[in-house]
Amino acid sequence: MIARAEPGVHLGRRSGLGILRATGPAGIGSAIVISAATFLAIFGRLLAPHDPNLGQLAYAYVGPLGGHPLGFDGQGRDVLSRLLAGAGTSMLGPLAVVVISIAVGTLLAVSAAWRRGAYDAVVSSGLDVLFAFPGILLAILAATVFGAGLLAAVLALSVAYTPYVARVLRGAALRERAQQYVAALEVQGASAISICLRHLIPNMLPLIVAQATILFGYAMVDLAAISFLGLGVQPPNADWGVMISENQSGVVQGYPLPALVAGICIVLVVVAFNVLGERLYEQAQPERV
Amino acid sequence: MTEPVLEVADLRKTYGDLLAVDGVSFSVWPGGSLAIVGESGSGKTTVAKMIVGLERPTAGTIRACGRDRSSPARSTGERRRRGREVQIVFQDPYTSLDPRQTVERALDEVLRLHHGWDREQRRRRVLELGELVGLDARQIRALPRSLSGGQRQRVAIARALAAEPKVLILDESVASLDVSIQAQVLNLLADIRDETDISYVVISHDLAVVRQLTEETVVMWHGRIVERGPTPRVLDRPGHDYTKRLRASVPRPGWKPKRRNTAVSGARGE
Repeated sequence: MIARAEPGVHLGRRSGLGILRATGPAGIGSAIVISAATFLAIFGRLLAPHDPNLGQLAYAYVGPLGGHPLGFDGQGRDVLSRLLAGAGTSMLGPLAVVVISIAVGTLLAVSAAWRRGAYDAVVSSGLDVLFAFPGILLAILAATVFGAGLLAAVLALSVAYTPYVARVLRGAALRERAQQYVAALEVQGASAISICLRHLIPNMLPLIVAQATILFGYAMVDLAAISFLGLGVQPPNADWGVMISENQSGVVQGYPLPALVAGICIVLVVVAFNVLGERLYEQAQPERV
Repeated sequence: MTEPVLEVADLRKTYGDLLAVDGVSFSVWPGGSLAIVGESGSGKTTVAKMIVGLERPTAGTIRACGRDRSSPARSTGERRRRGREVQIVFQDPYTSLDPRQTVERALDEVLRLHHGWDREQRRRRVLELGELVGLDARQIRALPRSLSGGQRQRVAIARALAAEPKVLILDESVASLDVSIQAQVLNLLADIRDETDISYVVISHDLAVVRQLTEETVVMWHGRIVERGPTPRVLDRPGHDYTKRLRASVPRPGWKPKRRNTAVSGARGE
């Protein structure tokens, strides 16, 4: 054996790819599905073979034809094109929810764990109050205030998800805050902000990423539900949730294909995000010593 | 050399109804070394935390290098200056380092905080500090998880020394180490004191550690100082009952455990 490194002395740190490999075949499969969905979200509109909003009523609920592999929806629009064009909004909405709720949740969690005392008590009980409101209810409220649309739905879900994020991360932040290296840095005279930004949050990052991944799946389902109710993305804009809503009558009339393919897309992406998130969460359990 | 480098007067700390520290006073002189001994719960660690500003005293004053530090620092500069006056090495070497940070970066971060040096100066000082505490270049570049407890404790000592403090508090700093590693670290600490004019406050329940590192000892019991004096006198001819009991609880050569026939035969079985 060639002793390239002294035993017991590792100089590297686990790379992103190394962590992904450790999530196993299910995790890697999920990552592939997510990558494909992300690719379609960015380029789907360009890949769409037909105009996703061009309706030819003569073709309403007509099955697959040459050049239209998934057939037509109730207004005679090409289903494949709408699916590809809808990937963007279907992925962008959850992304916005995740970014907002993770950012606000992390801020609340870390500041509460740092200051503790009265500030922590106020933040924690404020979050408990927010827990009482289901996301969909907040979305209906937001739609009546701001008008129906993606923005209102995203804001409402961000508010609804922030307490979940903050609660999980607050526990992690408290654990990290209690580490003696934090006390050592305080004694050195380092500022609270620099300790949080340079040490606390980076050490919580695996958990934050896992949280964000799981949350993305939930946000996608909730946003689809809100769009289905007609409070989210507004027709004729393409969106997977809207597609299900628009083609309900097709299901009743015995032609479920347009609603079904949109549903399958949602389920695939959501399951992928949940599986990967759970696996990352397991990996994020701190390995001390 | 007429002024103590650390002066604690009538220090008191209460948690609700609990009186953790009650009227503690002592002084540490430049280059001197003071031990605070006592069992767990006697308030000795609370005293240390108040000195470094991790706890706020209920009453009393703490002065280091002639400046008061009884209340929280009001500015960044003040906080860092206090960091250059008194440093501490904690008991647990396993959580005292950021798991994501190499030794090198941890030391560099502290140097950047205190000294207006450029990159090259800091790099040289990191190596010097490593050498001072007996870490080689490879260990300096390593992450904490690939270092042993003793090596980590050396890193914690190097990090504290990076601030060039006048007083170093050792809060049970060798308690969690193996006996042989403990001896190495104790020798290291003794050498560092010979080479610099640093003063130690050694907090320990281990009387052998106290004997090796300190000249003066105060004994704490239930938050109060019950005995004080030169270390050899306090340990060899204790005046207070509690100190006698503390001393008697340490096994010595020739110490024989009491025979407990029933227990032994019971354990052996039929």
